[in-house]
Amino acid sequence: MPRERKVISRETGIEEQEYKWGFVIPIKEEVVPKGLNEEVVRLISQKKGEPEWMTEWRLRAYRYWRSLGYIEPKWAKVYHPPIDFQDIVYYAAPVRDDGSRPKSLDEIDPELKRAFDKLGIPLEEQKRLAGVAVDAVLDSASVATTFQKKLEDLGIIFCPISEAIQKYPELVRQYLGSVVPYTDNFYAALNSAVFSDGTFVYVPPGVRCPMDLMTYFRINEAEVGQFERTLIIADRGSYVSYLEGCTAPIRKRHQLHAAVVELIALDDAEIKYSTLQNWYPGDKEGRGGVYNFVTKRGICLGKNAKISWTQVETGSAITWKYPSVILKGDNSVGEFYSVALVNNYQQADTGTKMVHIGKNTRSTIIAKGIAAGHGQNTYRGLVKIMPTADGARNFTRCDSLLIGSRCGAHTVPYLEVRNPTARIEHEATTSKVSEEQLFYLMSRGITEEDAQFMIINGFCRGVFQELPFEFAMEASQLLRVSLEGTVG
Amino acid sequence: MTGEVVLEIRGLRAGVGGVEILKGIDLTVRLGEVHAIMGPNGSGKSTLVNILAGKPDYEVLAGQVIYKGMDLLAMSPDERAREGIFLAFQYPVEVPGVRVREFLRTALDAIREHRGEEKLSVKEFNRLLQEKAREVGMGQDILRRNVNEGFSGGEKKRHEILQLLLLDPTLALLDETDSGLDIDALKVVAQGINRYRGPEKAVLLVTHYQRILNYVEPDHVHVLMDGRIVASGGRELALEVEAKGYEWLRQAVES
Repeated sequence: MPRERKVISRETGIEEQEYKWGFVIPIKEEVVPKGLNEEVVRLISQKKGEPEWMTEWRLRAYRYWRSLGYIEPKWAKVYHPPIDFQDIVYYAAPVRDDGSRPKSLDEIDPELKRAFDKLGIPLEEQKRLAGVAVDAVLDSASVATTFQKKLEDLGIIFCPISEAIQKYPELVRQYLGSVVPYTDNFYAALNSAVFSDGTFVYVPPGVRCPMDLMTYFRINEAEVGQFERTLIIADRGSYVSYLEGCTAPIRKRHQLHAAVVELIALDDAEIKYSTLQNWYPGDKEGRGGVYNFVTKRGICLGKNAKISWTQVETGSAITWKYPSVILKGDNSVGEFYSVALVNNYQQADTGTKMVHIGKNTRSTIIAKGIAAGHGQNTYRGLVKIMPTADGARNFTRCDSLLIGSRCGAHTVPYLEVRNPTARIEHEATTSKVSEEQLFYLMSRGITEEDAQFMIINGFCRGVFQELPFEFAMEASQLLRVSLEGTVG
Repeated sequence: MTGEVVLEIRGLRAGVGGVEILKGIDLTVRLGEVHAIMGPNGSGKSTLVNILAGKPDYEVLAGQVIYKGMDLLAMSPDERAREGIFLAFQYPVEVPGVRVREFLRTALDAIREHRGEEKLSVKEFNRLLQEKAREVGMGQDILRRNVNEGFSGGEKKRHEILQLLLLDPTLALLDETDSGLDIDALKVVAQGINRYRGPEKAVLLVTHYQRILNYVEPDHVHVLMDGRIVASGGRELALEVEAKGYEWLRQAVES
């Protein structure tokens, strides 16, 4: 990630030291006029060169969404003025000067390559991140995917979902919407109608993916909403570790990111999904920032399957997401490890759902919430044990750390147990950084600021240790930058 | 230099929550000296060393503390530590998720940087840490554990002495480091203190019992009662207190 400290917002002219990823990439983008109707849905589908079935699916989703009458879900503990869905651009993608889409890495605007370098995500394979294959998504389109050839040799498909729809229609048709149907919720319906790009991964039976796969999402255009769609399928006995990172420029107005991610793990397969969410959080007064309304869900379809979500959420004005696991296969395992941080006027309502269907299914939930400034942090989680889930087990631990006296931490655990053999444990704590701990560390020569971060990092350890090493370092840095000025 | 005054406390009055605990302390400590501070429970022994280390809860009401020529009371706890003051805590606090190794590395880096010394490489640091851990009889596994988390009483005290040896301060404040230790652990802790003491070092050893003084020979013994030093002397004062109890001194002072 870039280390320079000073970023001047083009829009506000304000030096923004707090959010160093806040620059705009000066490239040409093709932008569809604001607003949403069936024509726009068809246009997006057409721009992607999609087959008829895909267009129809989008239209069905759109009609369902319209039937909801612009009524957004209201149950989360977040507050924002109503969103004008006709005031959003639903498609923007980089184009070359002659209006055509870049076809290969060589045709990509050098500005774009430089920008991704600056974000710490080099697109050229020779500059690669140690052992990580990257799919870079700018606004509505994937701009580059690295290491595709190497992965192909193993039978692994790692490509933009727009490409998968054309090249692997059977796989996409079989699984798209199978975990998160477009009727699932308001934003899932909207996403299904207008989703632009995201990543498709398929790992064939028995293959252990030799490198981490990463998608880097970047919002660039001012008025654009980003509708990421990701679909990951791990076939029998396979393993894949997938990482996602996200940033956006500093903008005075709020921007919408409404993603849907679906994971499918067959017999004995494992998917490890890690997120560093660093969307623009808004300024100190709560102006601007991304609305991050996301539906992420995985299903352990087969026996002994495992899905593990790890997330570090430091960005966005509002985060609304519940990465969940449906434990259908016997002996399958679901995990959720989360650090959610809110500062200034950020709001987060995040947690998970673990739905136990198969026998001897196990789930673990470790959620760490940090609130500073006027931030409001809510953990919301559901553990549901179905009558079929003999011997199911869940362990949940929710810890909240408060910094200052104007923030809030809320824990809302739901439990639905319909099988008497289930074992459920729930632990929750709320604490402040204690004076005693601070004094102990400071009495060894450590400055107050360093001592604070050491304690906060320690608080997050159980989650950070689930991340790949470099991501964990990054997460720790991000936490520090996000909290700068709130401590000491 | 041996004999040079390192700490001078003059007329120190202090308390907590409006209650005066120290009612006028005068004490001079020179390099090379070990001072034992004894006294019954609630006499202000712990308050004294905690104030010297900069614990924020206490209010200083009057008096002055000069350390190496500096106004100690104006310095933050971390500045004091970087200048060579070390407090071995009576009840070291747990810091969840923070590894001992990481904690000590950060502390040593901060102190060395302040002294104008190079940071140690990971290899050098690990070697030094292992050596010090051996000296206080701590296993290597403890260095991978979280700071004081799940430590037994004895492990916590050894960990404090390990830090004393590793950070190598000028003035060590030991707050009842001997309490709750069995005889073997006490010997290890005493050995650590003896290893540390030297012509360029000074020790303020707070204790309730004279037992540890059988292993750590003090140059001066002071008895603190009701926030005042009521008697000062040599090793023999500690033995006398042990034989006759604190009440004897109280009566002697009052009469």
